[in-house]
Formats: sequence, structure tokens, C-alpha cells
Amino acid sequence: MYKEYLTVKDIIGPLMFVEDVEGITYGELVQVKLNNGDVRYGTVIEVEERLALVQVFEGTRGISPENAKVKFLRKGLEIGVSPDIVGRIFNGSGHLIDGRPNIIPKKRLNIHGHPMNPYARDYPNEFIQTGISAIDGLNPLVRGQKLPIFSGSGLPHSRLAAQIARQSKVLKTGEKFAVVFAAMGITFDEANFFISDFKRTGAIERAVMFINLANDPSIERITVPRMALTVAEYLAYELDMHVLVIMVDMTNYCEALKEISAARKEVPSRRGYPGYLYTDLSTIYERAGRIKGKKGSITQIPILTMPEDDKTHPIPDLTGYITEGQIMLDRGLNGAEIYPPIDVLPSLSRLKDKGIGKDKTRDDHADLLNQLYSAYARGKNAKEISVVIGESALSPVDILFVNFSERFEKEYICQGEYEDRTIEDTLNIGWKLLGIIPRAELKRIRPEYIEKYYRETPI
Amino acid sequence: MSEGKIIKVSGPLVVAKGLKGTKIYDMVRVGNTRLFGEVIEIRGNDYSIQVYEETEGIGPGEPVYSTNEPLMVELGPGLIGSIFDGIQRPLDVLRRDLGDFILKGAERPSLDREKKWHFSPDVQINDEVSPGDILGTVKESKLIDHKLMVPEGVKGKVLEISEKDTTIEETIAKIKSDKKVLNINMIQKWSVRQPRKVAKRIPPEAPLVTGQRVIDMFFPVVKGGTACVPGPFGSGKTVVQHQLAKWSDADIIVYIGCGERGNEMADVLLELPELKDPKTGESLMERTVLIANTSNMPVAAREASISTGITIAEYYRDMGYSVAVMADSTSRWAEAMREMSGRLEEMPGEEGFPSYLGSRIASFYERSGNVICLGSDNRKGNLSIIGAVSPPGGDLSEPVTQATLRVVKVFWGLDDKLASQRHFPAIDWMSSYSLYHDVVDEYASTKVNPGWKEIRREAMELLKKESELEELIRFVGIDTLSQNDRLIMEVSKMIREDFLRQNAYDTRDTYTSLRKEYLMLDLIIKFYHKAINALKSNVELNKIMCILSKEDISSAEFIPEDQLFKFQDIERKMIHEIDGITENSLGT
Ligand SMILES: Nc1ncnc2c1ncn2[C@@H]1O[C@H](COP(=O)(O)OP(=O)(O)O)[C@@H](O)[C@H]1O
Ligand SMILES: [Mg+2]
Repeated sequence: MYKEYLTVKDIIGPLMFVEDVEGITYGELVQVKLNNGDVRYGTVIEVEERLALVQVFEGTRGISPENAKVKFLRKGLEIGVSPDIVGRIFNGSGHLIDGRPNIIPKKRLNIHGHPMNPYARDYPNEFIQTGISAIDGLNPLVRGQKLPIFSGSGLPHSRLAAQIARQSKVLKTGEKFAVVFAAMGITFDEANFFISDFKRTGAIERAVMFINLANDPSIERITVPRMALTVAEYLAYELDMHVLVIMVDMTNYCEALKEISAARKEVPSRRGYPGYLYTDLSTIYERAGRIKGKKGSITQIPILTMPEDDKTHPIPDLTGYITEGQIMLDRGLNGAEIYPPIDVLPSLSRLKDKGIGKDKTRDDHADLLNQLYSAYARGKNAKEISVVIGESALSPVDILFVNFSERFEKEYICQGEYEDRTIEDTLNIGWKLLGIIPRAELKRIRPEYIEKYYRETPI
Repeated sequence: MSEGKIIKVSGPLVVAKGLKGTKIYDMVRVGNTRLFGEVIEIRGNDYSIQVYEETEGIGPGEPVYSTNEPLMVELGPGLIGSIFDGIQRPLDVLRRDLGDFILKGAERPSLDREKKWHFSPDVQINDEVSPGDILGTVKESKLIDHKLMVPEGVKGKVLEISEKDTTIEETIAKIKSDKKVLNINMIQKWSVRQPRKVAKRIPPEAPLVTGQRVIDMFFPVVKGGTACVPGPFGSGKTVVQHQLAKWSDADIIVYIGCGERGNEMADVLLELPELKDPKTGESLMERTVLIANTSNMPVAAREASISTGITIAEYYRDMGYSVAVMADSTSRWAEAMREMSGRLEEMPGEEGFPSYLGSRIASFYERSGNVICLGSDNRKGNLSIIGAVSPPGGDLSEPVTQATLRVVKVFWGLDDKLASQRHFPAIDWMSSYSLYHDVVDEYASTKVNPGWKEIRREAMELLKKESELEELIRFVGIDTLSQNDRLIMEVSKMIREDFLRQNAYDTRDTYTSLRKEYLMLDLIIKFYHKAINALKSNVELNKIMCILSKEDISSAEFIPEDQLFKFQDIERKMIHEIDGITENSLGT
């Protein structure tokens, strides 16, 4: 039924040229059979009248022009979905690896999906309580948001992501949840950490996992997030679930993309990354959201490690240009044993404004948040100055701000890995710490809230 | 119509043969699913086409049809309040008919063909008309009278015209032009790559009032002018653009979401209808056209979105309106060009951008201006452009920012540091500039207050002095500063916190009129003058800084626009208090 080609010509990195082809279309799924019975899949990334350029997902290792039979399958890359998919674990090429029986797909979906019509989007505004003060109080997450964690190697981003997955709830009940987890090039230990954490808490029952490990073919990392998001869209928009998608590590994804681009000899833009990195990433991140008239939602927490802790590196930079804020982890705080080591100043949640306030969290939330930010910034700034020229150079008020910022790190940002704070708790800790600062300095808060919540606490 | 054949597909680029007669920049329909595309290069028999839709499933051998027309927009009643993609497909209609996701080959007319509009003529039978003359008017929205203009190339006598309820396709007038009788309806088609003609360009005359204090007072833009907002992610580019779309005093806003977030467009769609225009009290959606080609939508259509938006804007300018275009972000547009250029294997320039990047950016901003429109009534119109720029890593030396700075007249530099301290708008007052001060000063000194220029100059001087003093403090501490210098620090802080900073999300603070902007800054400067004098009389600075009216000054932003007389009360109270402590200290 499908013609089999024995005309593989060049093999370059993850790419393969097939000659003398006919009737091939762009984006088509390709099957490659080797003499030894090995079967791999790929996709057409460029096609001319008699020549197809194929990107092989599981990598080209072991392929030669002599030993490969190539079939073009007349369809794009698809994944089979059904409600039974929940609770299952796949590898990076979309095969089940949990040793349980195969699922019978209700339908097969193209993993690239379609761009959502911006007119169909419903603006995310439902507060998710993660139980983590640095997030809930200062960078609130809402349903349908994409909020990445910008981390560095060796920082506890996995623990933080697992804690978010464990504790997240909306202040409302009776809804269906799922977690979709996409691992790209992470270590066995890291993957195992998530799997066992999900098992221990029972979260595994409502999770779908895609696992590509560090020693698996890097080229699979291109399809892993897309498979995961296709499943997420199915769960959210057809089965009415609220889906939290965790993707780790997006840096490995970008490296894989760079590898393909180099193999194609494309003109690179910054630091060797392809010029279309932004566009490519947006086709992943923009799949978060909500649709008018649909019950479900997709919230994304992508995790990436910043090369050399540099947030201007193209991977965090282009991510930050697409996502709706970022949670920034900091090596200094981590060194000071503050968990979670979230540096709140460069962190941001862009969708917070419509998710907080009266009837959502509390009336004073927005003002309090602004005040905490500015007080912390001022305290840190004053502290820097005092490091250079001594504390004597500070005014008495500045000394209070320094004091505030230190306690803020220890009491507000720092919390237990299993400590699940309510939003009330978080707000109240904030007010307690503001008590250090004289009332006249609290310029960001409306007088009525000061009246209601502020108690001066001399130190 | 010639028919060609695909010989290559590479992402959004398709190469076809056999399209003889097809011109460069002509639209074609590609493949069996008839995707929209545009010819962007011809080499011998090979026609390179940028395809405005996802090309998955298309392959060599499939047909390509030429249309012999360039990429056109439809201009006519029904644009206001609409939301289009980069090639002017109506997104609301696509959703209604085809669902929540954008499917391939989706095609719907840009303007509603069924809707009846009430047309009233402005000319009479037997009048002689020429291009740009206004034939009549349709009430397009509560705020906008849509002027139906004589199209290009039509000149002659009106044979028929009458008041009626009509769709955009029906004839509204017959004009005898060049011995032919032409039926004129309410749709004009115009090639987006072709700027619309004007009679004459004239110098700018008035500020584009934005209601944003740091902009209007320190770095103003004019009607018909250009401005850019570069800054790293999270520094506030989009909020600035949204604020301008909401509050600037243009008649028409064209907002282009070019390669940015879907939720930001949802935000605009949610907010604009609810907000009231400060001038008229009508909903802001009644003057707005939205173009949304978000980052995940096809990249070639993103490239087109800027041209589509600016052409619509020019059309309303031609009616004699003041139009403002916001493009968020022009960097994504430049990147779309880079992507196509890469696929064409053109010789790359800096950072892989095509060598024509600079000239494309310049021609875009050149489409702004204050003009005398075509038409015998010599009406004036203007078009302002405000472009966001997203420099990688916030590095302003990159090609898009540099090319933009060469052509625009206003630079609002957003600063990451200010943003992380939550000082918004994070417009860095030290590096930003406007080349329109002359125009605005002249306007504001007659329309607002003769002291406009002077207080701006004085406030800016204080801010500059502050940053010098800050450097000093970093090395030697605050103790060494004189009382006068400390006063400068205090007053500068008031300017920053009580004037420059403006919360877009606070309904009382989000918009400030020019008059109030003046009064707010004037109050701070008056306080400064009064305090200097007090220092001369040996009053302690602490005492001055503790006066009660200082609180009033810092909450002056919340004084409602209809109670501006309160500024006088505060001023009187402030003078009274400082005089009081001065007398006290003299007395003792
Ligand atoms: N004028 C403002 N008032 C209050 N908050 C602001 C203002 N400008 C920016 N912000 C804050 O900064 C965030 C990022 O702004 P945004 O315009 O989206 O940045 P950019 O487009 O540069 O990435 C917003 O979500 C908001 O929280
Ligand atoms: Mg933005």
C-alpha cells in the first residue's frame, strides 16, 4: 500500500535525505525500517520534487544508506487518545513503558494542534493556591497561565515543581484535575523523583507522563512537549479537566532544536540558536489557556535551567518574552538555605491583576503585594549600600527596611517543602512583617487597608 | 489565471514553477487546500511564495493558482470594532463558523456583506468630484462617521447618488469618469504594500495626549509622530501600548498584536468595550480596530499584519481623522522577515536579519505623518505610530532597535531595574528622549499653562542632579550631603514617586489630563522653591519634610479631574505650614 524506498542518500546528524521520492508532503510521518528489524519514525521537514529531508525522531544512529527501508505514511505525527490515558507513562517516542496493557485510542490527534483563535480565548482569572507564599502572595498563578521556573543547575526546581503539583488547588471544589508531565533529557534520578512523588501522593492516578531521559535520543525532545500538550488539550477541552502541564527541562528541548538547525546548516541568530526559536517556542507555550464556553483549562509550568545563570541567554530570554511571567530561582538564597530560593524581584506574574482581590483572594492583596515588593527592594538596596560604606551611613528608617528585608526572606519566602500555607496565612505574614516599618512609609497601601490590617510591631 | 505546480515545500516557503505572468507580490492560492500565499521572489521559472498558513500536508506536484492581485485589504464600513488576523481574516467570524482553532484554508470576507448601513450623501447630482472627495457618510459606530471617499483614478460628474440603507456591495453613486459610468460602492480594495496617497505632508501641530504623566510631560509624542518603546521582557512595553490604546486622544486606534501573546489580545477584547473614552463617554471599542496575529499563528501572516494595520490606519487618516497605530511588537515582525529571508537563503546581515531590515523599518515609520488629505476640502488628518521593540536580552545595540532609533523621534527606554522595583511605567528618565518638545511646549503653554516648559525643565534638572548625588552617596554616604542637596534628593523622590510613577491598574490613577499633570508637577516644584527659602532662613530640613501637606501632595494623583481646584487648597496649606515653621525658627 505504501511504497518502500531504499534510496536513503545522506545522513547528517538527526537528518536523512531520501531520493527519488514521489507524492510526498511537508510534515508527513515517515517510518524507517532497518535490516535488523529496528523501526523508527521521523517527519518530513523539507520536500522537493524528488527529494525529501527527514528528521528521524529516535536519532539516526545505526542507519546507513544500505540498511534502511523508508515508508511515507501520508499523515502527520499523531497520538492516540482516550480517557484511559490518564494514569499512564510513555517514553519519548510515545510508547507506553509502564508495563500495563495498551490503550485503545478513541481518536488520533495531530501533535502540532492548531493555533487557538485569539478571539476564542477566555482571559485567565481564577486564582490557584499553591500554598507557597512567594508565589501566592507576590506572583500569583491563575488557571490557564504559562508561568515558567527559571532555574540553574543544582537548584531545587524539581522539588518546587513537585510541591506546586501536590498542593495546587482552586478555592472551589468538585472539579476534575489532571497533571501532564513532559520530561526532556533529564536524569533518571530526577525523573524518578517525580514518579515516586506522584506515586506516594496518589497524583499518579491522574497523571500522564512522557519521559525522555538524558541518554535517550535528543531528537525525541522535539516531539515530547507536543505530545504532552496534545493530550492536555484533549483532557481540557474534550473531557473538561483542569490540566497542569509540567515540562522539564526546556533548555534540553532548545538544544535539540539547535542541533537540527546546525545539521541543516541554517544561518544562526544569537549564540548559535536558530532565528525561529521564538516562533517555535511560542507554538508550545501558547497552547496554555482557556477557551470561552469550555470548562477545562491548561496551565503550564515549564522549567528551564539558565546556562551560566544568565537570564539574557536566548533560552530564558525568548521564554520570558512568551510566557506570562517567570519565577526566578536564585543561587544566593539557595546557598543561604532558603527554600524555595525564589528571588521575588525579577519574578513576575503578568496575570495576577485579574486573579486577586476581593472575592478572589482578599481586598488588600494587590496593595499589600506592591508594598512588600517596594519595601523589600528598598531594604535590599540599603543593605548593599551599608555593605560598601557601613551601616552608619544609613538613616534610621533605612535600617528598619534592612531589617524587614532580612526577616522577609526568612519568614515569608522561606517555608517547608511540605508546608501548605493558605492565602490568608500568606497575607497575614506579610502584614506582620510590615509592622516593622513605620506607618508613614507605607505609601502603596490605601489608608482603609492600613486601618484594617496594620499593627506596628517594634523590634 | 495561470496555474503552476509546487516543486518544493520548506515550512512557510513554497517554490512553484509555471506561474508565467504572475508578478512579484501577487497573491496566489497554494495546493489542493488553496492556502493563501504571496510571491516574494522570482528567479527564472521558480517562484518563491510565502504562505500565510500552516503548510503541513502540502507537497510537490500540487497546483498553485495565481490571482493577479497583490495582497489587498478591504476598506469600508465595518472595520471599527473588528478583530482581524494578519491578512485581514475576521477572527470573530472564523470562530463563529469554524470553531475555536484556526483551520487551514479558512476563508471569510473581511467585511460583513449583509449588514445595512444608512448612507447620507454629502455631494449632489451633477457635482464634479475627484479622488478623496467625500461622497457621503455612514455612521459606523457611536464615535465614528465613516466618510465614503471617491476612489483613486475616479474623476468626473456625479450622475446618481441618494440617501439610503445599503450594504457595502450595493452601488451608492454613479460617476461619469473618462466617458465611462462607474458604479461606486462602499468597499475599496487597496494593496497593503502601497502607502495611500496624500495631498501634502505638513509639520506636526499638537501633542498626542496619552494621559501618562511621564510621557506627556517629559517625553511627549505628537499627532502624526513616531515613538518606540524598547525594553526587555516584563519591563512594561505592552502595558504602555495598552494604556495608549485606551487613553490617547486620537480619534481612531489601530492596535496590532504582532507575534505576541493570545491572552493579551483577549485582555484588550475584554477591557476596551467596558472602558469609557474620557472625551465622549462612549465605549473605547467604538473607535478601535484590532489586528491579532499572535506568536503561534503563521509567521508569514505576522509579517503582513503590520502592513495590513497601517493601511487601515491610512484609510481613516484620509477621512480626516487623527489615527494612532500601536504595533506590539515590531521585533516579531522583523523576525518574521528574517525567517523568510533565511528560507530564501538570502545573504544574511547582522544577527541573520536581511540586509533590507533598515529600509523596511524606515518605510513603515514613514507612513506616519500630519497631512493634508486628498480631496478638494483640504481637510487635515494624521497618523501616529508607536512601536514596541523587544531587544534580545534587553541589549539595545541589536539591529532592530538600532534601525528603529534611526527613524523615530521619541524613545521611551524601559529599564529592567525600575521594573523590578515596580516603578511603573519603567521609562528611564535619564536615557529617554523626545524630539517634539518645541511643538508640545508651544501647544501646552497656550492651552494649559505658560509655565509648562519651565517646570518641566526644572524637574528634569532635579532628577539629573539626583542621579549625580546618588553616585556620590554610593561612595561617601549620605552624611556628607549639604541640606540643599538633601532637599534635592527628597524633592526628586517626590517627582519619581508622586508624579512619574503611575499605576495602570488603579482606575483613579490610570489617566491624567494635561491640566492635572501640570498642577501636580507645579505643586512639587512650588514646594521645592518654598523649601529652599526656608533652608535659607535656617529651618531644618526634617521639619520641612514633616509638614502635613506633604501627604496631600503625594496623594494628589487621586484628585478627581472635576475637582482640580483642590490643588490650590493644598498649595495654600503648604505655604502656610512652611511659613509657620520658618517664623518659629526665626523667632527662637
Ligand atoms: N503602568 C503600570 N502600572 C502597573 N503595573 C505595570 C505597569 N506597567 C507594567 N506593569 C507590570 O509589569 C508587567 C509586565 O508588563 P508588560 O507590559 O507585559 O511587559 P513587556 O510587554 O515589556 O514584556 C505587567 O504584567 C504589570 O504587572
Ligand atoms: Mg509585551
